[in-house]
Amino acid sequence: MKITFKVNGEPVTLDVKPNELLINVLRDKLKLTGTKYVCGIGECGACTVLLDGEPILSCLTLAVDVNGREVTTIEGISKGDDLSEVQEAFVEEGAIQCGYCIPGFIIMGEYLLRIKQRPTEDEIKEYLRGNLCRCTGYVNIIKAIKKASELKTSKTK
Amino acid sequence: MFYKLPEIEYIRVSELDEALRLLSRKEDVKVLAGGTDLVVDMKIGRYRPKTVIDISGIKDLRYIVDEGDKVRIGALTRMQDIVESPVIREKLPVLAEAVSMLGSWQIRNMATVGGNLCNASPAADSAPPLLVHEARIKLASIEGTREIPITEFFTGPGMTVMRPHELLQEIIIPRKKGKSSFIKVSRVAMDLAIASAATYVEVEDDVIKDVKIALGSVAPRPIRAIRCEAALIGRRVDEKVLREVASLVVNEISPIDDVRGTAWYRREVSKVLVYDSLIKSLERLRR
Repeated sequence: MKITFKVNGEPVTLDVKPNELLINVLRDKLKLTGTKYVCGIGECGACTVLLDGEPILSCLTLAVDVNGREVTTIEGISKGDDLSEVQEAFVEEGAIQCGYCIPGFIIMGEYLLRIKQRPTEDEIKEYLRGNLCRCTGYVNIIKAIKKASELKTSKTK
Repeated sequence: MFYKLPEIEYIRVSELDEALRLLSRKEDVKVLAGGTDLVVDMKIGRYRPKTVIDISGIKDLRYIVDEGDKVRIGALTRMQDIVESPVIREKLPVLAEAVSMLGSWQIRNMATVGGNLCNASPAADSAPPLLVHEARIKLASIEGTREIPITEFFTGPGMTVMRPHELLQEIIIPRKKGKSSFIKVSRVAMDLAIASAATYVEVEDDVIKDVKIALGSVAPRPIRAIRCEAALIGRRVDEKVLREVASLVVNEISPIDDVRGTAWYRREVSKVLVYDSLIKSLERLRR
């Protein structure tokens, strides 16, 4: 089946099978390997991407279902070498260890800060509860989101 | 291990009629809505349908309508739509309360309320609130529609009264005067409930006029505890009575041991959940 959709602002047209998943199309066909595959059953959040601006799990989304829609992956978050505030804050707070789960966290962080400029700690935890990290213990990840919120608001002033 | 989806005949529809026509003549079909259950179940091999009919593109089935004496929710309404809906928050807050505890943000953005019911998990978070509010389920097929009370909808784990050619079209929740609440226990926030309970109460002159009690994850299907309900009607609001009756809930459930908890724990925690939820609903009545 032929599908056309936007990835990080660029239109792409591809031939996909009905049983192909969005994550495989992103990683294998478009070589956007920033989106990570972990559990494959919707438990871990590592494969999170934005679909029409809303976070979804690319391991449970059929590729045919994104026809005509817009996908944002981790590759679409930074502007070239310029990191986003969320990415910058993750680096500064040491919120990354092995790093494998981080693209999912960054996507959720970006989404959260778009909806709530100054989230409380509870709100941060609520938004991130579908993302698992087995190294950091989450403390620095939460710090990083708070810092990103500060960076973002200070820049807009 | 990398899960692969098996080869499927895939048909995408954008109109309800089209879906009903296909359902009437295809065999061995699964209906795909949000995909958070079906795609997982196809990956792990629990379901191996020949044909998948993708109804996620039927825009007309995603709505929440307030009609005064009832609220109607379209089958393809996303769980996150329910959490954020001003209508639900005002008229049926217990549903938003239950659904906000379901899965993660990502899952709620994908999962639909119709899918949650049709998947018929004993742990379906939307079920206990709909059971205590005596929701009705509208099923559509090529022959027409029929409405059934949600108490008759579930028949066992993964099983409902739906015929193979039927589609869940909408959920109709009548307006009620009382208040309700939902509580669940799970290991971590993301996880399925070990046990859950919803209650609904109406009180007049300190006497319980109407009460509904529903539980999840403690029987082969989400259930109502009708004997506890009967034991409470006409009684004075009294914590001792509530505790006594709540402890009788063990006679109406049939929990099992599984990875999330033991049958013993589920029996013990059910008493507490029912009591706590009754107290919470009564508190909401006083406000």
